Amino acid sequence: MSAAHGSKTTGRLEAHLHRRARWRWPETVFWLAVLATIIAIPSRVALTNEILVAGLFALSLDLILGLTGIVSLGQAAFLGLGAYAAAILASRGVADPTLGLVCGAAVAAVAGLATAPLLLRGSDLTRLMVTLGVSLLLGELANRNGWLTGGADGLNFSMGKVLGLFPIGFTGQRNAALYSFVVLFVLFAAARRLAQSPFGLALAAIRENRLRAGALGIATSGRIVAIYAVSAAYAGAAGALLAQTTQIVSLDLFDFHRSADVMLMLIIGGAGYLYGGLIGAALFIFLRDVISAATPEYWEFWIGALLIALVLMGRERIRAAAARATSLVAFRPARGDTA
Amino acid sequence: MLTILFDGVAYGMLLFVLASGLSVTLGLMNFINLAHGVFAMVGGYVTALMMNRAGIPFLATLPAAFVVPAILGVALERTFYRRLYGARPLDQVLFTIGLVLMAMPIADFFLGDEPQQVNLPAWLSGSTTVYGVGISLYRLFIVTVCGVIAAALQIFLVKTRFGAQLRAAVDDARVADGLGINVDRIFAVAFAVGSGLAGLGGALAADVVGGIDPSFPVKFLVTFLIVVTIGGSNGILGALFGALLLGVLDVAGKYYVPSIGGFIIYGVMVVTLILRPQGLFARGDDR
Repeated sequence: MSAAHGSKTTGRLEAHLHRRARWRWPETVFWLAVLATIIAIPSRVALTNEILVAGLFALSLDLILGLTGIVSLGQAAFLGLGAYAAAILASRGVADPTLGLVCGAAVAAVAGLATAPLLLRGSDLTRLMVTLGVSLLLGELANRNGWLTGGADGLNFSMGKVLGLFPIGFTGQRNAALYSFVVLFVLFAAARRLAQSPFGLALAAIRENRLRAGALGIATSGRIVAIYAVSAAYAGAAGALLAQTTQIVSLDLFDFHRSADVMLMLIIGGAGYLYGGLIGAALFIFLRDVISAATPEYWEFWIGALLIALVLMGRERIRAAAARATSLVAFRPARGDTA
Repeated sequence: MLTILFDGVAYGMLLFVLASGLSVTLGLMNFINLAHGVFAMVGGYVTALMMNRAGIPFLATLPAAFVVPAILGVALERTFYRRLYGARPLDQVLFTIGLVLMAMPIADFFLGDEPQQVNLPAWLSGSTTVYGVGISLYRLFIVTVCGVIAAALQIFLVKTRFGAQLRAAVDDARVADGLGINVDRIFAVAFAVGSGLAGLGGALAADVVGGIDPSFPVKFLVTFLIVVTIGGSNGILGALFGALLLGVLDVAGKYYVPSIGGFIIYGVMVVTLILRPQGLFARGDDR
């Protein structure tokens, strides 16, 4: 009896999870619109590419901040690692972009795995400081090892063709944007799948209350380490894309402002539903483009003002309003299910 | 050797005054205030402008370098910060990053992006020799002033009624409130003193760091945070020892092993956080 009851519940749960995991039409529209932008506006394709890469970077932060609730100010560490891994490969003659991308992500993932245990202890403040410290350490390391990284001069290199067919770079900026688009889409789909898997649900439980999640039998430490490594790999992929499509890397990849900017993007777009990073990146870079065209020196002022306004008005309320308005558009992992 | 040690101590003392306010807001009140450097920048600007534009002597500008940021601090505390005392760390981080992002262009807009120099008076430049150790007079001045401030703060916190009230308010704001302590006012005063000290530190540091410029709040943000993190979040003495340790290690490291000098403070911080997540000099209890 209880077994039958159990399987019935499991069945309903399964059906519910499958229903939630389905792609909705607004999502299709979203991705088609992005693709159309790349093809229809060739004059701004470099900007579009920047948005796509930044979107992937923000997505990487969403995996730990939005899904798991871990605050990090050091995501730039993995961006820089991925970028330098891809750039060093290319400057040593291994110019295949796909290989560089995989290497960038792998190097960052290993670094994420190595530093993740630091996140398991202490308070949010400790985590902020540890992540920040790791990215600054790596930046200093890149600065000191000029023989490998080019030091303060950065690295210049040329890239091969994607899959041996499509040249990217200055001669093929549209190809570069399309390449970024494909990578972003594939990785996004994977993240979406991940967010709706039992693993993703466990992460949501950890975000809501780590102590209770542990009491439910979730191995919280293991999950946090795993998602941090995945997030690092995403950031590394973003870094590799950035390096490959701009064909330059420099030390500012490790800077504090990279980590802060990506957090702003995610917050502007809204954390926790995966599209937030992409939307936030688009808004952020678009805003920066518009404002800095008007006042090149002072655009940060307006970003700062926007941020303060967001916090004071209450991110939760804004998110709730936005979610009501767009309940069609956004699929919503975990949050709201219990309500 | 001793000269370097002394320079390190002076740098550490400077760090302490700069970060002591943060060790109150962040350490005691648990508010992640990434905008702390803004107050230091304001103090530095006050001194630099009063000296360069109005010709006021260095010493006479220091009180203003304390008071102006303190007033600014109270104004911001009353209007914005207090709403976020109970907020989640992420909101505090975002809000204070927003403040920093706004403060830098404002400074840039009114004062330009070139560093504002503080020219030391003649009696503070130059150096002297004590027992065969060469000591810069300004470093000596810094050590003296900062030492006095540290001692005063410690006595203030431990011995005075206000200090006791502050510690009570920090430990449990509701109970303190119930006991008739005006928690709101205590926090406002603590915030003002912290901001003022940051300003004073900025004024004293201007010469050492080569002038105050709009990027000051970001350039030293990390250093401040490291001081508080290493010192542990419990009071003045921890921050003092943390700052001295960092100052000496940083100066000595940059002198003896320049190839890795830049790593040292980050390395110290990461190792500290691994071994003692609550800070080197934290109280025993895991709060």
